[in-house]
Amino acid sequence: MKNYDIVIIGGGPAGLAAAVSAKENGIESILILERDKELGGILNQCIHNGFGLHTFKEELTGPEYAGRFIEQVNELQIEYKLHTMVMDIRADKVITAMNREEGLFEIQAKAVILAMGCRERPRGALNIPGYRPAGIFSAGTAQRLVNMEGYLPGREVVILGSGDIGLIMARRMTLEGAKVKVVAELMPYSGGLKRNIVQCLDDYGIPLKLSHTVVDIQGKERLEGVTLAEVDGKGKPISGTEEFYSCDTLLLSVGLIPENELSGGMGVELNPVTSGPRVNESLETNIEGVFACGNVLHVHDLVDFVSEEAKAAGKNAAMYVKSEGITDRPASDKGKKPCVRLKATDGVRYTVPETIHVDRMADTLTVRFRVGGVYQNCFISAYFDDERVIHKKRPVVAPGEMEEIKLTKEQLEKYPDLEMITVKIEEA
Amino acid sequence: MYDYDVIIIGAGVSGSAIARELSRYKVNACVLEREEDVCCGTSKANSGIVHAGYDAPIGSMKAKMNLRGNAMMEQLSKDLDFPFFRNGSLVICLDKKDMPRLQELYDRGVANGVWGLQILMKEEVKEREPNITDEVYAALYAPTGGIVCPFGLNIALAENANTNGVEFRFHTEVQKIEKSEEGFILHTSQGDYRAGYVVNAAGVYADHFHNMVSDQKIHITARKGDYFLLDKSAGKHVSSTIFALPGIYGKGVLVAPTAHGNLLVGPTAIDIPNKEGTNTTREGLDQVLAKAGMNVKNLPMRQVITSFAGLRAHEDQDEFIIEEVEDAKGFIDCAGIESPGLTSCPAIGELVADMLRDKMRLEEKEEFIATRKGILNPETLSKEERIELIKNNPAYGNIICRCEMITEGEIIDAIRRPLGARSLDGVKRRTRAGMGRCQAGFCSPRTMEILARELKVDMQDVTKSGGASKIVVGVNKDTI
Repeated sequence: MKNYDIVIIGGGPAGLAAAVSAKENGIESILILERDKELGGILNQCIHNGFGLHTFKEELTGPEYAGRFIEQVNELQIEYKLHTMVMDIRADKVITAMNREEGLFEIQAKAVILAMGCRERPRGALNIPGYRPAGIFSAGTAQRLVNMEGYLPGREVVILGSGDIGLIMARRMTLEGAKVKVVAELMPYSGGLKRNIVQCLDDYGIPLKLSHTVVDIQGKERLEGVTLAEVDGKGKPISGTEEFYSCDTLLLSVGLIPENELSGGMGVELNPVTSGPRVNESLETNIEGVFACGNVLHVHDLVDFVSEEAKAAGKNAAMYVKSEGITDRPASDKGKKPCVRLKATDGVRYTVPETIHVDRMADTLTVRFRVGGVYQNCFISAYFDDERVIHKKRPVVAPGEMEEIKLTKEQLEKYPDLEMITVKIEEA
Repeated sequence: MYDYDVIIIGAGVSGSAIARELSRYKVNACVLEREEDVCCGTSKANSGIVHAGYDAPIGSMKAKMNLRGNAMMEQLSKDLDFPFFRNGSLVICLDKKDMPRLQELYDRGVANGVWGLQILMKEEVKEREPNITDEVYAALYAPTGGIVCPFGLNIALAENANTNGVEFRFHTEVQKIEKSEEGFILHTSQGDYRAGYVVNAAGVYADHFHNMVSDQKIHITARKGDYFLLDKSAGKHVSSTIFALPGIYGKGVLVAPTAHGNLLVGPTAIDIPNKEGTNTTREGLDQVLAKAGMNVKNLPMRQVITSFAGLRAHEDQDEFIIEEVEDAKGFIDCAGIESPGLTSCPAIGELVADMLRDKMRLEEKEEFIATRKGILNPETLSKEERIELIKNNPAYGNIICRCEMITEGEIIDAIRRPLGARSLDGVKRRTRAGMGRCQAGFCSPRTMEILARELKVDMQDVTKSGGASKIVVGVNKDTI
């Protein structure tokens, strides 16, 4: 069995940034396992620009953004295996993987970084009635066919869901010669970034129908059309509002699900809200030495924040490996000093992380979260037990855009008996 | 004009089982199928249940075929290598007032010859299945109940029949049947066929073909069943097949593990005029959702990965019609094959083959091959065997379907074997690639590449399920 200090599961943006960071923090023995034919993950099919404004202060395409990190991985001589599927990870950090050349093999890691990303919710998860013809794609599958293989999935398109991939694909399909007739969104607000609605729909005259969904799918062999209907406040279709759209293609952009089958298999505790691991300030899961970052942890909007999060995970994994054998690793879960818990409430759906060991946290810790609805002129507040410590005015917050607050170690050290930080939305 | 001794219309489980049993004999036989593959109608969209046999009326053909089919299934699954498990079944009675009905099922089962039936009271039921509703009063336990992969069964039967010499013609729709001196002329979308004997195993269309040759008309209604399929993470929610006892709460739905470890919830029973109406409907899905939790608690309906509908071939007399048509000698009906049709198919195959043997005085073939090896599932191998397999064929080291962990090796096998896959759905039914929680999101472009390469066709000609079901319609900017 081969041994590595850190094994990173997934060579997408999270895995790459975590690897670079771990190396820069003094770990030599690192291995990235990637199931696809190249590093870069989903960025390879995101050929539009707008990536990297935060990280590199310039607008890059997805492959360019990935390229920057792949270059660093190569320069730092970090080892990776492509076309390699991780079949199983055990709680003792033995990884079973498989590829064509080496067959089935095992690797022992001292630390594992989970960076498997996410997958798209399929039609089936939505219970849309109708036939099951060809021509129904998740937006990301269509994106791969168009952007990486050059094939046009269809000519007349309806898109369900206004997640970012759906919006981006509305523009892409238009540019490639298809007619995008409408984007329907079940919720009364879009699930995507504002800039994508402007640049991908408005600029091309594609209508966005909020509070609408697909209620029927026609066509036995190839899709022939879909029926849209308006929905009420509970998401139930309103009878009499049905409208038929003839089309040969239905793209679904109806949500992303972190891919945590491997995590679940090894005993990592998952948060039912994010479907990602529960982590502490070090982005460490309930299993010591197993870290998570990127979309496998919680679905992000911007890759820049994935990179930032992964950088922290890489550094923390490096520290974990270096402190191995040192018995006084500060404030581990089994330590004497209890950790501070974070509670998401009043419009805040979850927080990452969920616990903080103050001794172990970096000088500044970013707490990321999403809100459950659209709030205007509100405040994002954090209460340290009963005391309101953060009260940040926001003109608008929406579920489609991830929010954050920053906590400093200095700040937390002033509250030695702190038990709970409550993050909430307060309306003005 | 193509000439055969026997033509079987339909390559579903009935037609394929008949073809397989008939292939024991020296006979020139052919199966005509309008779709691109076997297992494309009722056989692909059902509960996958091997019934114990207490439902069908005493002395009925349904009861006889059910019991015989159930008894044959285990050996057949070994001979032909398809997934079958005897997981037992429970009929849940929620109310003391319904106990006479449960007793009636028990008595009928005993009279039909079902082995091992027991009525269990609440505690015993809960002990066996902790997720049964706390409202349960009693249940009928049938240890001989089972689950089977309907695709696996259908494909195995057809493959074995083909290996033993039965031809299969796809995309061949029978349009008209004429009686002639030496039998029948079948006009099809692919030319004319002549046969001395015709077996009508056409599912919901069996009445259509019967009525072409007989004045004694039969009528078959398409009775729709909507289902939900749940992720494997929910597959252990129950271990037995859980039926609802029709009672004061109406007719319920079943909850059952599938032979591959998913959980199935359904079906509805809605009579429809359209024999092509395999669409799910809002009403149908809502009905299943409303009844899903009646007998099983905490059903994780958020884990639904797909929904589908199938059509039962319901005959007006509620009975299997497996006989030679009186006024059309040589034309054998196999009509009205609804539940327990899947269970019964091995027995139906045997019965019809015996009829033909006797009528045609067929002799057994010495070279009949009674066994068939299914597509190798590497997960059944030891670690060492798997390493050896990949060494000899690296395609088995290349995972294509991430959810079901299906390798390129399995997909190639599915395409290259007798009556191999020609479409994404064909690959899916044979290997499960694309049948998992992402529903082919990741693997379909890669499976398309393998299909295009193996079949030597362009990517643009790869279909979901044959015909006009092409996946991509052109290349980027081809109209600009």
